[in-house]
Order: sequence, then C-alpha cells, then structure tokens
Amino acid sequence: MIYREAGQFKTSYASDQAIFPIAQDRWFVGLATVAAFVVPPLAANEYWLQAVLIPFLIYSLAAIGLNLLTGYAGQLSLGTGGFMAVGAYAAFKLTTAFPPLNIIVVFVLSGLVAASVGLVFGIPSLRIKGFYLAVATLAAQFFLVWLFNKVPWFVNYASSGTITAPNRAVFGVILTGPNATAPVRYVTALALVVVFALLAKNLVRGRVGRSWMAIRDRDIAAEIIGVRPLRTKLLAFGISSFYCGVAGAELVFLYFGSAETLAFDVTLSFLVLFMVIIGGLGSILGSFLGAAFIVLVPILLTNAPQTVGLHLPVALQKQIELMVFGGLIIFFLIVEPLGLARLWQISKEKLRLWPFPH
Amino acid sequence: MTELLYGVAVAPFKDMVGSPAFFVEVLTGGVFAGLMYSLVALGFVLIFKASGVFNFAQGAMVLFAALTLVGLLERGVPVVAALLGTTAVMIALAWIIERLVLRPLVNQEHIILFMATIGLTFFLEGFGEMVWGANVKKLDIGIPDRSFIVAGVQINELELSAAVTAAILVAVLAVFFHRTRVGRALRAVADDHEAALSIGIPLKTIWMIVWSVAGIVAIVAGIMWGAKSGVQFSLSLVALKALPVLILGGFTSVPGAVVGGLIIGVGEKVGEVYWGPLVGGAIENWFAYVVALAFLLVRPQGLFGERIIERV
Repeated sequence: MIYREAGQFKTSYASDQAIFPIAQDRWFVGLATVAAFVVPPLAANEYWLQAVLIPFLIYSLAAIGLNLLTGYAGQLSLGTGGFMAVGAYAAFKLTTAFPPLNIIVVFVLSGLVAASVGLVFGIPSLRIKGFYLAVATLAAQFFLVWLFNKVPWFVNYASSGTITAPNRAVFGVILTGPNATAPVRYVTALALVVVFALLAKNLVRGRVGRSWMAIRDRDIAAEIIGVRPLRTKLLAFGISSFYCGVAGAELVFLYFGSAETLAFDVTLSFLVLFMVIIGGLGSILGSFLGAAFIVLVPILLTNAPQTVGLHLPVALQKQIELMVFGGLIIFFLIVEPLGLARLWQISKEKLRLWPFPH
Repeated sequence: MTELLYGVAVAPFKDMVGSPAFFVEVLTGGVFAGLMYSLVALGFVLIFKASGVFNFAQGAMVLFAALTLVGLLERGVPVVAALLGTTAVMIALAWIIERLVLRPLVNQEHIILFMATIGLTFFLEGFGEMVWGANVKKLDIGIPDRSFIVAGVQINELELSAAVTAAILVAVLAVFFHRTRVGRALRAVADDHEAALSIGIPLKTIWMIVWSVAGIVAIVAGIMWGAKSGVQFSLSLVALKALPVLILGGFTSVPGAVVGGLIIGVGEKVGEVYWGPLVGGAIENWFAYVVALAFLLVRPQGLFGERIIERV
C-alpha cells in the first residue's frame, strides 16, 4: 500500500535512469544511510561495533571488489586474499615511510598499489578461462602471501613478522592505531564504503560496466561488437584489486590493529567469494547482504547453544559450527542460486502488489 | 648482478652434474611426491569428466575416508573388514551427496556447483572430526616406512608402494572406462548429458557411480597420505596441492592427472632443492602454481585437456 509508484512520472532521461527510480526507495536508502552514520556510534556498544559492524563494512567493500570482477566481468578469482594483503602491506609501508601523509590518502594509494599488482596477475585471463583461471589466480594468492612472509622489508624488519597500525589522526581525530575508539573507526569504514559503493554502482551502470557484462555473457560476441577484451578484462582486474586493496588496508588499520600474513590466506579468498555468491553475483546490494550473512552466521552459531542453555565442549561446538555453516551454504544455493539480492528483489515485487495481489 | 645470474642459470646445473646420485635421488623423490598428487587429482578428474562439477570437496573426502578407516581400525576391526566398511561408507556418502546436493542443483551454473562443494567441504570436515575425533592419528596398514638403497639411490618403501598403487589404480580405471558397459556410459555422459539421457542412460545412477569411484580413489589417497604424514585435519589441504596438477594435465584427462602430477612433483622438488635457497626457501607452496601457469599460457586447456572450441 505504501510502496506504490503510481503518480511518479518520469519526465527526463536522467530521472528514468536514476539509481533509485522510485521515491520510496530514495527515501528509505537516504534515511538508512543517515541512520547508519548516527545511530550505531551513539547506541551500539564496543562489542557490536568491533565484532559485527566494522568487519561487516570492510568485508562488504572486499565483496564489492570481487563482485565487480566475478559477478560483472565474469572472471572467477580466488586471489582476493592476496590482493587484500597487498593493500594492507602497502598501507603499512606508506604510512611508516611518510608519517604525515593523510591516512585516507594512504588507503587510496595502497588501493592503487594493489590495482597495479592485480593488473599483472590479470594478464593470464586473456588466454585462460573459467576454472583454469580460478586455479591460476591461486598462484597470485600463494605467491603474494609467501612474498610478504619471506621478505622482511615489508614488515620493516620487525622480528615478530607482524604489521601494526600506528596512530594516525585526521583533523585532530585519531582514526587508526591502538588509541582510535571503535565509533571513530566505524564511521571511517562506513564513509569509505558508502563512497566506494556509490562509485561502483555508477561504474557498472555506465559504459565500463556494460562492456564487462558483455564480456561475461559471451566474450567472442562482445569482441565482435567492438569491446576490447584486453582492456576490459585488465580494467576489471585493476579496479577489483583496488577495492580489495583498500579493504585489506582497512582490515588491518581499522579492524585487527595488527596482523600477519596468516590473516590473508586462502580461507579469506573463499570467504569473500562466499559473500559474493550468497549475496548475489552481479549485484552491489548483494555484496552487502552476503557480507552480513557471512559475518553474522558464525556469531549466531557461537551464541545460539548458550542462549538455549546448552553447554557444549568447545571442540564439539566448533565442529557443529563448521557443519551447520557448510550445510547452510548448500541450503541457500539450492533455495536461491541467484543469491539474497534476488530474494530482496522478489519481496519488493510482492510488496508492490500488497495487499491486493491479483 | 652476474652473481645472481650465475646463481640462477649456472650453479644449479653445476650441482646437478656434480653429484648425479643426489640428483637422481631428488628426481625419484619428486616422482613419488608427484604420484601422491596424482592420486588426489584423479578423484577431481573423474567427477569433472562425468558431471562437470569441479569438486573442491575431494580433499575433504580424502580426509573423511582416512578418518573413517583409522576410526574403524582403532576399534579393533580387522584390516580387510575396515577397508570394506570404509568403502561402504564412501558409497553411502556418494548416494547422499547425489540426493541432497547434486539433484536439486541440476542445470545450475558451474560456479554455483563449485560453491556447493566448498560448503560440502566444511560439512565433511566438521562431521568427520565430530564422529572420529580431532587429534592426529597414525595410520598403520602394514607398509613399513623404511628405505633401501638401489645403485646408490635411496628409495623409500612406503613411497614405492604408493607409486605401485597409483599405477595399478590408473590401469584399473583405464580398463573400467574403456572396456566395460558402465565405463562407456560414463564417457557418453561426459561427452553430452542430454544426448546420453536421450539414448536411455540413467544420469542419476551414473553420477552416483562416479562419486562412489571418486570416493574409493579418495580412500586410496587417504591411506597413502595418512601413512606418510598421519591422519589429521591438514589432510584436506592436499586438495590445494592437486589443483595445479589438475590444470596442468587438463580437467578431463586421467593420463593428464598422472603426467601432470609427475611434472609438478619433480618440478617442485628440483626447484626447491636447487633454486629454493636463492629466494629463502619454502617455495613449494606456489612453485607448482607458477609452473602450471607457464604451461597454461602455451596450452590454455592443459596438456591433455579437450580442445577448447569457441562458438558464438
């Protein structure tokens, strides 16, 4: 009843092509964004911010990055963890080498470093396709992690082999490092993800995104109508790695505080791929939904037995968690292979007819 | 600079020629390691060939098979009965997977099926440990881990038996695929699902058979890997070791899995021994992938893979 578009006339191409053509959507998203900036920093406690909301935002950014590559350009990649590691280590090197540099600028620069590495590892995609490419990107994953492990220059010769986020302030507010408060880190992550999600949404609506989708749907046909496969695929790898790089830098600077290469191993690549698939391939909103699912489910599984008064041994609970997690993934793939974004779309269609479906 | 060039291009070969016995030893070590990889890669190839599913859970199946076997042996079941029991469990597993995972996902995109097998990996890892316990177990089926020396080259008895087993397994599979009725049906399904269905080949039964065979291959791989390094959680990671073998040999080729395994095994050992020290060692993790990648740039379908024909 409330969700009706009757009476909303589009009188220009601009309004017809808007991201949210329906006024209710515009209002909802606008209010939700404002609420996301205001409510959690004031209302949520340290645990919620640190364990749920901050990782959710960072993983969303990484999932958007992978979705651009896998969902829109159709290039299956298992090297996400490696590219995130590049971002994290680049940010660490940059900010320790040039301490006065604004930390936001550092994030963007480390994204660019990750993008250039992504370009190099994207070159095989010109010859190799499908699962062969997926396995080839694992080469990037293992090589990069090995490199950061082996060369002490990357960790500034720290004997522990870890990188630690130093205190960095912007306009007098400490954004990163041990002295940064959780609300401040949350707002920083949120601001970055809002900006980059908007950028990504516009990218995929435009010429670049359309050429990606053309390559994804049928690469030879795309080539014939004038899409250059070399440029398009490399661009997808570059931009996707940029997003992953920024997310990797945030992961260390805004979430973990300090990390070693173990944090970026192949499990992380699979985790981000799960977010993209569960959320929905080729959907920016899906990246958020998938990240929320993957962050929330383990927390729910950990806390569920206690709330119903069951006290299981730690090992058993870990195993049950693993089983339920695996089972849930299969279940969701069977129920809706197109992901949570598709479920959202269906419920919106239903809502338009409610309460009088014909 | 010249020093580096010397280290990369001259010194390793000088070492190889300098002590041929050691070089042969490295080579045989590589061959054995490669056969172990092939054993895991075989399971992947079987399933991919017949159902187009890239089964990431093969590693977890190896772990699960080994855990089941050890669990049965620990409870005092005789070896033969334990082997039969494990086979029965793997066949039951194949049936359950076909019923609950593959059938509802028929006709979905490859990537969806791939993700489902990753979900299956999590499930099997959790389930196997819940039933059989998480601590490292020793798998002893009577093959001694001794070494003997032939013509100055040290040969490990366990590795030798693994090699022989792998050879027998490949031969049996080759006969099974080319000489039996079921094998012919399998090849037909691999060629074209719909055409196979239309001439009356029951797709569901075929898939169950393939997953069962892959399960039995997983038992063999589990025994060999388990005897070598103990049955533990990390066993499921051998899947990651088998992937470069797979892309090198081609996803659809049984001989490719063996030859690819040998190339990767030998390349890895030789690279680690002769070039590894130059970059600080531990290059085993990614070296195989880089070798495979280099091959792929020349032949995108792998060594023995089916020719990729592009249609618009």
